[in-house]
Amino acid sequence: MSVRHKMLSWAATAAAVASLAAVAPAGAQDAVKIGLILPMTGGQASTGKQIENAIKLYMQQKGDTVAGKKIEIILKDDGAVPDKTKTAAQELIVNDKVNFIAGFGVTPAALAAAPLATQAKIPEVVMAAGTSIITERSPYIVRTSFTLAQSANIIGDWAAKNGIKKVATLTSDYAPGNDALNFFKERFTAGGGEIVEEVKVPLQNPDFAPFLQRMKDAKPDALYVFVPAGQGGNFMKQYAERGLDKAGIKVIGPGDVTDDDLLNNMGDAVLGTVTAHLYSAAHPSPMNKDFVAAYKKAYGTRPGFMAVSGYDGIHLIYEALKKTGGDTNGDKLIEAMKGMKWESPRGPISIDPETRDIVQNIYIRKVEKVDGELYNVEFATFDAVKDSGKTKK
Amino acid sequence: MTSILTNLFDGVAYGMLLFVLACGLAVTLGLMNFVNLAHGAFAMAGGYVCMLLVNKSGWPFFTALPLAFVSAALIGVLLERTLYRHLYTRSHLDQVLFSIGLTFMSVAAVDYFMGSSRVFINLPNALQGQFDFFGVGIGRYRLMIIVICGLLTVALQLILAKTRFGSRLRAAVDDPRAASGLGINVPQVFAFTFAFGCGLAGLGGALSAEILGLDPYFPLKFMIYFLIVVTVGGSSSITGPFLASLLLGIGDVAGKYYVPKMGPFVIYTMMIVILIWRPNGLFGRTAAR
Repeated sequence: MSVRHKMLSWAATAAAVASLAAVAPAGAQDAVKIGLILPMTGGQASTGKQIENAIKLYMQQKGDTVAGKKIEIILKDDGAVPDKTKTAAQELIVNDKVNFIAGFGVTPAALAAAPLATQAKIPEVVMAAGTSIITERSPYIVRTSFTLAQSANIIGDWAAKNGIKKVATLTSDYAPGNDALNFFKERFTAGGGEIVEEVKVPLQNPDFAPFLQRMKDAKPDALYVFVPAGQGGNFMKQYAERGLDKAGIKVIGPGDVTDDDLLNNMGDAVLGTVTAHLYSAAHPSPMNKDFVAAYKKAYGTRPGFMAVSGYDGIHLIYEALKKTGGDTNGDKLIEAMKGMKWESPRGPISIDPETRDIVQNIYIRKVEKVDGELYNVEFATFDAVKDSGKTKK
Repeated sequence: MTSILTNLFDGVAYGMLLFVLACGLAVTLGLMNFVNLAHGAFAMAGGYVCMLLVNKSGWPFFTALPLAFVSAALIGVLLERTLYRHLYTRSHLDQVLFSIGLTFMSVAAVDYFMGSSRVFINLPNALQGQFDFFGVGIGRYRLMIIVICGLLTVALQLILAKTRFGSRLRAAVDDPRAASGLGINVPQVFAFTFAFGCGLAGLGGALSAEILGLDPYFPLKFMIYFLIVVTVGGSSSITGPFLASLLLGIGDVAGKYYVPKMGPFVIYTMMIVILIWRPNGLFGRTAAR
């Protein structure tokens, strides 16, 4: 390369950089900023990772411009600690001037950010946390994940109607666990079922053995289980070790215990477990097949229900912006989100205009082996299930 | 009756597991007078080494177990030579700050390299499930824990009480100056002892993965258990922590079975009661050094 040539190419590069720099500030004015607060470290990190993956995937598929505006994601890790969530939300709102806050791995985190969303009048899109009260804490909260009432009610109904008379319950002793227990109990006993044993295990429980032994001695027809994501594997292993599967005691529950994220490593003892949940990677729709294939290709694992909640969360934000024509006024965005309906990889879903919570199908699934891998195979559908946790007030 | 025996069996297995996990700490804390809160990090290292060997490289479980011991001991000796030995003469506060910092670093490192989700070691079929022994449910894996830990306890006791190394160690602990005057290489004895304690932790970590679960937060989650065992047992011998582990294991399992509502508090209540009764632990020396 001659010197002259080299100089020319330098000049060209410099010009290109200069023109980029000239464009950039104009572009920044037109950007829509989304503050994403997720647990990327700590015990809930798999939730954060799935949601982040799904959002990246969505933006690769649909582009990063909506209604003429560039979408910019600012990710903050709160480690599922509510104090950190609050600080992160404050920084995002005050310093970064975000137009949305989104994510929230656990209920206390979502609640910690609620007053800030109200003050700043910007939408808080909850993509994971699952207790009923969340959307009642701010008129700016919209949820695309689920509530525990949705799945716990349905599995209670299903169990009572399908020959399960006596159930022993094992739930983690914290807000979502208690939600899962109470909503199940309500429907199951109303349907004529009997709870023969009720054990709440501490959240930081190392060994399930004594609790499981107690369950085994109570000789129930089935075991109703809710433990936070991550402990499901531990639980199922010890369930098998103690021979509860051989004693004919099946596991039922909301789908957290057989999350797609963990299911494949649980071993064959998990076969036959019946759960009610919003999403299975085996959901037989063409849209889901594409979604699972794309997710697997990008990240090497299958998506779980947290991934699909994140995917729908970013979709909701995109569609709301389309509806307002790129206007980022919080009230207009919330108005646009209310009542929105769309087809998700999990099936048809909508946002309840009154509660801003998600309305979705809940599927009854059984763990089966498909092509040598364990999957939650759906066999019954309850259409358009609303959150029943709120109507009682 | 059979349910009582099943619970007793589970309790003994759980206690034995606690003992292997904690007895290394009893050695460093009690014999070497060093507060090593990073003990759980060595346990985690052993657990992950065993998991990688078995799950990724396809080694048999029983071959991987001793390697979990060896690798944790090697990491121990490395850190002892480079970092720990500078802190032997420092105050306990310095030791606590140093070792807790090391713990946090190990958590972050494992989280970064191995991911934060819980991992399990693929066990051979022979170790899975339960068999029935006159109506008492005996878990195969738990039985193996009892056997391994039982043998280990006897060996440890013999080493400390009967061997030449044991008497050197006791001499080095009781009066390091006089011991080196007698030609005992005190730093070497300490390094070896420390490595051995770390190795035990590593073995415990590998054994506990199946029952307690293994993730990057292991050292923080179980630190409290190690400390309870050592506090209740007293740290001047092996017998103390051993009996304390058994007592706490059986108590914990029985509490969770019979009074599940207050199950998790049983272990703490026992600790408080024992410490009021015997402030230096069950077998603690009355005169502090």
